[in-house]
This record gives sequence, structure tokens and C-alpha cells, in this order.
Amino acid sequence: MKILVCISKVPDTTSKINFTDNDTKFDENGVQYIVNPYDEWYALVRALELIESNGGTVTTITIGSSKDDPTIRKALAIGANDAVRIDAEPTDSFFVSKQIAEYAKNENYDIIMTGKETIDYNGAQVGAMISELVDMPFVSLATKLDVEGTKATLERDVQAGVEVVEVELPIVLSAAKGMAEQRIPNMRGIMAARSKPLKVVPPFEQKELTTVVKFELPNPKTGCKYIDPENMDELVELLHNESKVI
Amino acid sequence: MSVLVFVEINNKLSKSVQEAITYGKNLGAVTVVTYGDVNDSLLLEMGNYGAENVLVCRSLKERNEQLLSKLIVKAVEKTNAEYVILSQDQTGKAVGPRVAANLGAGHISGAIAVPESSEEFTVKTNVFSGKAIAYVSVHSEKKVISVLPNSIPPKEDKVETSIVEFNENLGEGKIKVTKLKPLGDGIPLPEAELVVSAGRGLKGPENWGIVEDLAKSLGATTACSRPVADIGWRPHHEHVGQTGVAIRPNLYVAAGISGAIQHLAGVNGSKVIVVVNTDPEAPFFKAADYGVIGDAFEVLPRLTASINNFKSSQ
Repeated sequence: MKILVCISKVPDTTSKINFTDNDTKFDENGVQYIVNPYDEWYALVRALELIESNGGTVTTITIGSSKDDPTIRKALAIGANDAVRIDAEPTDSFFVSKQIAEYAKNENYDIIMTGKETIDYNGAQVGAMISELVDMPFVSLATKLDVEGTKATLERDVQAGVEVVEVELPIVLSAAKGMAEQRIPNMRGIMAARSKPLKVVPPFEQKELTTVVKFELPNPKTGCKYIDPENMDELVELLHNESKVI
Repeated sequence: MSVLVFVEINNKLSKSVQEAITYGKNLGAVTVVTYGDVNDSLLLEMGNYGAENVLVCRSLKERNEQLLSKLIVKAVEKTNAEYVILSQDQTGKAVGPRVAANLGAGHISGAIAVPESSEEFTVKTNVFSGKAIAYVSVHSEKKVISVLPNSIPPKEDKVETSIVEFNENLGEGKIKVTKLKPLGDGIPLPEAELVVSAGRGLKGPENWGIVEDLAKSLGATTACSRPVADIGWRPHHEHVGQTGVAIRPNLYVAAGISGAIQHLAGVNGSKVIVVVNTDPEAPFFKAADYGVIGDAFEVLPRLTASINNFKSSQ
């Protein structure tokens, strides 16, 4: 079984978010980068579990510059066999999807996995776009994945509840919480990651369809009004008459 | 300007349907596309929000995202729509990007406001899990925009509506749904206007009765913090925060949650935040509108009683 896991680097979840250049660029000053949690904890780890029981290989793919290499090595340390980096700054979701689709179309992957979204731009677009570009079925927000032969059984969140679906491979899926448990790389994995293949591939030309023109921080709260814990009637009164939410 | 709005209808016009049509109405003349066994009165009801035409594909009965994407693309061809609007719900997340990729259109997911400037088409959207806002411009001729639930107040704007049967041949879907485990009848978290949430301060899953009682008195949906979902006290779908569900209700009541930055990221779109915590230093108070320094075990039942009194006096 051949699995491709899409990996993206994002600011650590505890990062303070600031902007520079007149609020047009994300301020990287002092920011620690990590592998996007959905890509790592759920997609990558489940992919590794599947090849551990069924045999096969897990390749990661990332769109980025050499600044992304430490996060790619982290994914290799957790256990991916090899990595591909498309050497370009990711501009928008369609650009990223196009790069992955172009790379994947000649590689005959059985499963292409993404996290359900990145925690920086929260677009939740790439998986579905890849599926359209490579013309494969897409299972979004999957919380469980099992493979038997060429048939995959998945659970996923839909508005009405949890759906159980069956589909013949190959598929594209986006992984959500529940699919696997986080793995901490061990020393052997970290050592091995240094010599695992990381292939750098030139990008496929694609013009930008969307651009972030400006960032803004949400208005801070003006201050908390404290209510006597004995007097919940007052809180109800405020919620009704002052903030008008009930 | 021709606008195509995709909606899903189950028994009634949900708030997210109203929001999507209202959003579309701000951009131009709205045609809605939908599917399934929907009775005509519901289809016509969309005229209340400004839908002039409703294309309905009754031959498609199942929620298959691959086929829904094809249906929307066919509807774009028919109406020559410049904008495609949908809700950023589970279906929207799977369908919107596919439609955009098919059309070569720029896609903005999770719009929180209608476009402001006419000069270059720019839409406001949440980024960094709610820690910031981005203004995103779209350069392509066609544009696909998904609307974050609870961001656009639905607006009534009644027009004459006509129903158009749109039974296109979409082929077979490859994904077979074998089972649906329903979540129950409650309002799903992303759509909920009132949310009551609790964390480790509740000390154990057996104590959730007071949270559920408060939620019931308010007609709210329940939620929880990440540690509580991780240790299995509450189901994962209740986890709100950066790696859980991001919500923007009118009222968010948080009890026994300290307010780590990752939790705040998922809830700071809430209009009003009430924090109940024994620790006056809990960082959550900095993000709160109303704070109650006290024990959730005493405060929540008291608040429930006050709400019930208030409701019976209305």
C-alpha cells in the first residue's frame, strides 16, 4: 500500500499572533513552528499504523522552502519512509492542491491524506481540491479508517451525526480527531530521520487565485464585569437587558 | 450579478440556509440549488430571504459530496453565476473546494462578513483559529465563498420565487454510506446560539448533570474543553477550541475552564462570554464579559434556577 500524507508547518498552538509590514505579513519573530497537529497526530500516525499492519510505504509531501525541512524531518522521525518537498512558497490553497495533485498523479497512491485543516489559515480546502484535481473520491473529516484489501471503511462527522462509509481505493481523505493517537518520536527515529530521503521537486506553475491583503487582530474585550456568585439573578438580568443574548 | 447559493434542507430552513441566502442576496440576484425530497412549501419559503429561483434535483436523494459538487458545477453552467455561496459546515467543507477546483475559481472558506469594497473583491475571514482576521481578495472571475455559521444575521427580503426542476444526470457516487449514527436532536455546536461548556474543574463525568441542567434551562448546546474530551469524560464532538470545533455563539458560558490560549482561539468569536471559576487568576477572565469567581457546583445550579425564574416570568 502506498500512502501520501500532506504535511504543513504551522505556528505552535501557544504562539502569540502578530503582524508586520503594515499588517500584511505574519510576524515570524519568536514563533516556533510545528507540524500541523491534524496532519501529524491523525493523518500521519494512522498512515503509519496501516503500513505496520498491511505493509507498504508512507511518503510525506510539503510545499515550502528549506525552512520547512525541520518539520519535515520531524515527520520522518515519527516514522514516514521518505519525504517530498515542492520547492515553492505556498500562496493559496489551490496552488498547494495543484502541486500535490501534479506530483501524485503519476505515483499511484492508494490513499492521499491531509489533516482536516491547518491551524493557521483554517481553510479546510486542500484535501477536497486535490480529490477534484486527481478525480478520486474524497472522504472529509474522517475520524476512523480501516483498510481491507482494496476496500476502505471510514467513519466521519456529518451534520446529522457520524456516517460509516465504504469506498474502493484509491481515495483522498481529511483526518480529524479520533483517527489515531499522537506519537512522540524516539531517539532512534530522530537519528534515522537524518538519513531518510527528502526529495526536492520544482513547482508546477500556477497563478495565485486569492491573496491575503491585510490582517487584523480581533478587538480585545473591554474588561470583565464581576458578578457576586450569590446573585445569579443579576447575571440573568445583565444577559437579558445589557447584552441582550437571552 | 448572478449568484448561486447551495443549500441542504432537512425538514426546515435551518439558520445556515438563511445565512447563505442572505449572504448571496448582498452580492446579486440569487438562484438556489438544492437536492432531495423537499416539499415545495419549503422551497418557496427561501423567497423570504431573497431567492428568486430554486433549482431542485429531486433525483439525487443521498448526500454524496462528489455528486453534489457535480450538481453545483452544472448549476453554475446553467445560471452563468459569478459567485457560488455555501455554508462552511461539514458538507460545505467537502463540496466548496471541489467546486472551486473544478471551476478554477478562487475559494474563500469561512467568510465572516459580506464584502466591503467594490474596488477589488475582498472578504473577511477568520484565521489562526480565531486569533486573527484576514482580508482575502479573489482574482478569478468566478468566486466560491463559504460562510461561517453564526456570522451573517439572516435578513428577510421577500421576493417572488419560482421552482425549477433540475434533475441532471450525475452518474454514480463511489462512496457508499452504510450506516448513520445520529447525534440526537440537539442544535449542532457550530450553529448553536447559546453554548454551555465545562472543563476539568467539574472533577468528573458524573458531575455533568449541573451543566446539562443549565443548558436545558437556556435551550443551549453543551460543549467541553480539550482535556475533558481527551480523558473521555465527554464525547470528542463536544470539544471546542483550536483543535476542536470553533464556535461563535451569542452566549458562551464556561465553567471550570482556565482559558488556555488554545481554548480561547476556538471560542473568542462568541458575542458574550461568561466565565465561572474558583481561581480569580484564571486567564479566561481576561477574555470574559461577565465573570463569576465561585464554585461551579454552587454557581451553576443557582444560575439554572435564576434562568428558570426569568423564563417563567416572561
